[in-house]
Amino acid sequence: MSNKDFVLSVEGLTVSFDGFKAVDDLSFYVEEGEIRVIIGPNGAGKTTVLDLICGRTKSTEGSIKFRGKDLSKMTEHEIVHAGVGRKFQNPSVYEDLTVFENFELSFPRGRSVFGALGFQRDAEVLKAIEETAEMVFLQEHLGMQADLLSHGQKQWLEIGMLLIQQPSLLMLDEPVAGMSVAERKKTAELLLKITKDRSVIVIEHDMNFVADIADRVTVLHQGKVLSEGSMDHVQKDPKVIEVYLGH
Amino acid sequence: MSNYSKQKFLSPAELGGFIVLAILLFVVLPLSVDDFRLNLIGKYLSYSFVAMGLVLCWGYGGILSLGQGVFFGIGGYCMAMFLKLEASSVENTAIQSTPGIPDFMDWNQLTELPWFWEPFNSLGLSLIAVILVPGLFAFLIGLAMFKRRVGGVYFAIITQAVAAILTILIVGSQGMTGGINGITDLRTLLGWDIRTDEAKVILYFVCVTFVFICLFLCQFVLRSKLGRLLVAVRDTEERVRFSGYNVDNFKIFIFTFAAMLSAIGGALFTLQVGFMSPSFVGIVPSIEMVIFCAVGGRLSLLGAVYGALAVNFAKTTLSEAIPELWLFALGGMFIAVVSIFPNGLMGLYNTYISAPVNRFYHAAVRFINKDKPVETLSEPLSEPESESTLGAK
Amino acid sequence: MFDGYTGSELMAIFAMQGFAGLILFSVLVLMALGLAIIFGQMGVINMAHGEFMILGAYVTYLTSLFFETYLPGLSSIYFFVAIVLAFIAAASLGAFVEWALIRRLYKRPLDTLLATWGLSLILQQTYRSVFGAREKGVSLPDWMMGSIPVTDMVEIPINGIIVMVLTLLITLSVYFIMQRSQWGAKVRAVVQNRPMAAAVGINTSIVDRMTFALGCGIAGIAGSAFTMIGSTGPTSGQLYIVDTFMVVVFGGAANLMGTIASAFTISQAQTILEFFMSGSIAKVLTLGMIVVILMLRPQGLFTLKIRR
Ligand SMILES: Nc1ncnc2c1ncn2[C@@H]1O[C@H](COP(=O)(O)OP(=O)(O)O)[C@@H](O)[C@H]1O
Ligand SMILES: [Mg+2]
Repeated sequence: MSNKDFVLSVEGLTVSFDGFKAVDDLSFYVEEGEIRVIIGPNGAGKTTVLDLICGRTKSTEGSIKFRGKDLSKMTEHEIVHAGVGRKFQNPSVYEDLTVFENFELSFPRGRSVFGALGFQRDAEVLKAIEETAEMVFLQEHLGMQADLLSHGQKQWLEIGMLLIQQPSLLMLDEPVAGMSVAERKKTAELLLKITKDRSVIVIEHDMNFVADIADRVTVLHQGKVLSEGSMDHVQKDPKVIEVYLGH
Repeated sequence: MSNYSKQKFLSPAELGGFIVLAILLFVVLPLSVDDFRLNLIGKYLSYSFVAMGLVLCWGYGGILSLGQGVFFGIGGYCMAMFLKLEASSVENTAIQSTPGIPDFMDWNQLTELPWFWEPFNSLGLSLIAVILVPGLFAFLIGLAMFKRRVGGVYFAIITQAVAAILTILIVGSQGMTGGINGITDLRTLLGWDIRTDEAKVILYFVCVTFVFICLFLCQFVLRSKLGRLLVAVRDTEERVRFSGYNVDNFKIFIFTFAAMLSAIGGALFTLQVGFMSPSFVGIVPSIEMVIFCAVGGRLSLLGAVYGALAVNFAKTTLSEAIPELWLFALGGMFIAVVSIFPNGLMGLYNTYISAPVNRFYHAAVRFINKDKPVETLSEPLSEPESESTLGAK
Repeated sequence: MFDGYTGSELMAIFAMQGFAGLILFSVLVLMALGLAIIFGQMGVINMAHGEFMILGAYVTYLTSLFFETYLPGLSSIYFFVAIVLAFIAAASLGAFVEWALIRRLYKRPLDTLLATWGLSLILQQTYRSVFGAREKGVSLPDWMMGSIPVTDMVEIPINGIIVMVLTLLITLSVYFIMQRSQWGAKVRAVVQNRPMAAAVGINTSIVDRMTFALGCGIAGIAGSAFTMIGSTGPTSGQLYIVDTFMVVVFGGAANLMGTIASAFTISQAQTILEFFMSGSIAKVLTLGMIVVILMLRPQGLFTLKIRR
């Protein structure tokens, strides 16, 4: 298989923590513009896969190719510069700073030490921030300190902080967890909007939500791919039914 | 354009604080104390550079260095080496068996100036060395540690070990460094006698000028995006990495910057006090410097200056009057600044003086403008203390 | 540096210095044990640990005075009484400190570091005010002063053997308390996951206080042993905290065997090296080692990978 058709190709990925293989010889491929959903029981290794892709954890074996670059040999910020954005499972924002400043720090300019010293809030920055804030429903809260936001708003803020980086691969770890029903609906809309011009990997438990957005679904179990394909295909797979409903 | 995106170099409150400090240091103190005390205050002020560096590095960046004495000391030694060479002219040292080298070298049977002393014949090179040598040293330590992701308590302990190692090395190589006594008997700077009362007054003003230059430099750093990044790194380092920043470089930068500030303080200390010794380098003096910063308020630049003044004043007074009390007081301060008032003097000032005054002021404004439309009020109301919110955590 | 010694002389020097190192080894093991227990519990080095040790040393000194004056007939066993008293004194002070100070600082490691430093200053000055700046020496009962000859050049000091046996006993009991007893299980639960431990009904604040007190109490016993190799002054503890820290770093805080192995290596290396080198170079080497180890393996040399 040639790597050229894929944004991301993960091959033979393995990581072991003290001999426990959280991800075990995993391979999967994500196409340009695809929305891939990863599901699987708790502890299946879903978060760990994202950790490996974005450089938070180093793999024991295997390769992660993103647009021809091997991510497994790059540091976290280099991976971000290459165009990979990651939302964490627990919302992770700068709580001591305002929403505006949260966006500002995520804006992809002045990322070197001296770049940061000389950084100016010019029209371009303000425009990007205001557009992003509107997209993630936070335009009214720009002056507010981030730790005063609700749980759902923090999730949105973090998504916004990713969007302003203009990543070409977006990875979202349980983006609607802990949201109210109304917030969930808004988030689903938001995701459909922002996934138009990029590839996305989403980890999610909510099956209705998954059915709404997924192009393809990968089911992970004990660090291995259990099944892969369309939502329909996966739901009918006896191995998947066994894992979810068995014992 | 709305409020949240405005960036001011100094808020009105901060500007007021700078002006008060300037009046105090430039006018009130020189007019009200004698030359001896003024020199003492100048000496205290040279510690405020270390404290400023710690505000950036520890207060904002969350990197606690227990080895700032190292950089203070290296800066001070660089200055002292120049002054010592000038004091050791062939005429001045004619009675030595090798004239023209510092006296302690002669006592230790050295017959030649060690190679690393050579550059210190030139004032220009010496001044560059004051900044660059500690800067380079800090850069290398930072590079080795932060690139390996060593931080927190481990970093603090390592800096402490470095301070201990440097002290032992300085004390051990008596012939080249003056050993435990340090470099003493410094006399003139390019022929100008630094020991006279007038010289000490002038040096005091030089020192105060540098205090303000450095305060403005630090303010610039804090007001830039880098300042906000430091806070972000302190609280959620991982998030910053995934916003695409090479966090290690930012840590190296701020640690190096703080080291350079300390070094400037050390050089000014040497000039005003007339000697430099390993007793300003080791574990104990280094950790005392942390208390200057903590007492002033670890998030306040002005607090760094007041903290250095207050603690050193207390130290001098107490150790003159009741020496036993000083260690109790110092120990008590360490405990108090972590458990009772974590934002130091400036925190107390903000809570008990500034905030009530502000409330009173706004209440008064509201009262006077009772019948005017509300919009005119919203501006000043949202103004005060954006910085103090950082300290809330 | 080995020039001028014959092979058998070298052997004898190594052996003698090695046995001389027995007490140092014991002091280091006990200190490191206490420090590691506290480190595991609060995530921070207790900078006042040396002062807890010195408290034990002063208590031993006072006990010996008491026996000399009031119970001269029993003075041959004063040391065993002193150990118990040293433990009680240091542990009580530890419990008090935890209650008054440390419990407010969990999750703020840097602040804890500074606070314990402040505590060490206060304790030092207290000792100076109470006992004076002069160092106090303790004289051992005669039967402990002797030694057992092994060859004509090598002999083992009796007090060294006693202290070492004692140390092994204490180490083993700590091991059993931590690994086998119910209380130890609680401690480990709290260390691994505080909120979870609290949720299953463990009184975490009591566990914290007892753990801290235990660590300090063991330091007090180390102080008793210390009186055999040095005289006690207000700042004597400062000298030992560095070496102890080195032991913990070298051994890995979570690992008992690692601690013992590294205390052994370090005490032996130090006593043997000190015979051949100046003390200050040895200190620089020690400190340099700390820096390098912390840099390369912050979790300690012998520790297994722990999940974050
Ligand atoms: N750093 C780590 N060290 C040890 N074990 C880990 C680490 N990170 C994850 N694990 C283990 O790997 C497994 C997969 O975890 P995770 O990827 O978080 O699962 P999930 O699919 O629920 O997101 C779990 O059993 C977890 O305990
Ligand atoms: Mg997960």
